[in-house]
Amino acid sequence: MTTEYTTRMGDGQRILMTREQILADLKEGMADAADLGEIPDLSEDELDKLVDIIAMPARMVGVEPGKEVPVTHDIGTIRIDGDQGNSGVGIPSSRLVGVMMHERAFGADTMELGHIDYSYKPVKPVISNEQQTMEVCQQNTIIPLLYGAMPNLGLYYTPDGPFQNPGDLMKAFKIDEARASIEGAAKHATRDITWIMKKMMSSGTDGINFDTVGAAGDGDMYASLHAIEALRKEFPHIYIEAGMAGELTLGLHGDLQYDGKVLAGMWPHQQAPVVAKAGANIFGPVVNTNTSRSAAWNLGRAVTFVKAAVKASSIPCHVNMGMGVGGIPMFETPTIDAVSRASKAMVEVAGVDGI
Amino acid sequence: MGMPITHIMTSGMSGIRAAGDLVARMEFSKSMRIGEAKEYVAKKLDVSTLDLSDEYVMREVREDHGIGVITSVAGAPKGIAAKMNIEKLLDIKINSCEMFRNQIA
Repeated sequence: MTTEYTTRMGDGQRILMTREQILADLKEGMADAADLGEIPDLSEDELDKLVDIIAMPARMVGVEPGKEVPVTHDIGTIRIDGDQGNSGVGIPSSRLVGVMMHERAFGADTMELGHIDYSYKPVKPVISNEQQTMEVCQQNTIIPLLYGAMPNLGLYYTPDGPFQNPGDLMKAFKIDEARASIEGAAKHATRDITWIMKKMMSSGTDGINFDTVGAAGDGDMYASLHAIEALRKEFPHIYIEAGMAGELTLGLHGDLQYDGKVLAGMWPHQQAPVVAKAGANIFGPVVNTNTSRSAAWNLGRAVTFVKAAVKASSIPCHVNMGMGVGGIPMFETPTIDAVSRASKAMVEVAGVDGI
Repeated sequence: MGMPITHIMTSGMSGIRAAGDLVARMEFSKSMRIGEAKEYVAKKLDVSTLDLSDEYVMREVREDHGIGVITSVAGAPKGIAAKMNIEKLLDIKINSCEMFRNQIA
């Protein structure tokens, strides 16, 4: 009788697969990444290692001793006191308490302070409150503590911001106007992020986390890269982490460039060098999860993409491994068996510097 | 909430239970890759890279260097004080410590 192993679909559903089926899906996912990114396949040994990880009998698995890596975080303490919109668990507490819980109860290697809206633009009206909270947190913590939020270029378009929505303009075939709107929004976002971080640096933050770079397309990435460049120039010692929103930089503008490279259409291994060039210390590659395929298919694909990014990068890579990225099922409370297997695979096969 | 904790337990370096914060600081402050960062910290602490994730080893090492421990030890360096000792140990500058120094007479 053929042995079947318990594994998951990309939406988290429990399924049974044979070793041969797992290997076949790993290869298919790998081939998809290699084809899209024009990057190398995994080796036979690496595929065997992934099969072994997925088929391990324990509910939770871990990396081999000595292979541990630091873990960085997005969303910050909002996961403690926030609502479901931020995947928070709604425990009434302060952000200081949240940071200290992560440091002293959960064993976090680093932490992040974030605003409840978690976008940079809305931080401006409450900047003094953010500075005060950062000061209190820095006085009481030892681990690196960044300030983090999303560049979120969408907030700069009507009806939330001053620039016409490029989607509406494109629908009216006003392509030049749409591009001008994206460029204007990007300048405002760069200006806002730089201003906010000057304030936060004066209140003792270790640095900044750009979370979901490129969420609003290439303009979002363009704004982030220029903010990274400006911050590195003004604060040579600032810690900068830049994590992407998706595996492919969407070309809403299509012609924006950084360091002579077109941002639209970049895959993780192409994003890493420009993020490093701008001046970031840590790059966070993303690979999206397909809910209709198995965890094996998604893991084979994600590890192939991330391994190429790790190789192409001159700075440490902390792979994004939240709900629905990095081989993790797209489910708000992803199962421990799936998360621990994807986590181990990224460290031991993709060779990431952190998560 | 369970997802970040699962990552910490599966792959993380346990923060100030061991030496995760120190290795992370070298990745951030000098853009060191994981191998180089571990070698650097291990050399500064005079331990092996395997020891960096070993709570049994690191508890005493952290107490000896005054760089903060996971439990609340009365009178032991915490917060800014512990970070100032980390600055000396790793030969780096930490922004909050710089701010603290600039504010005292």
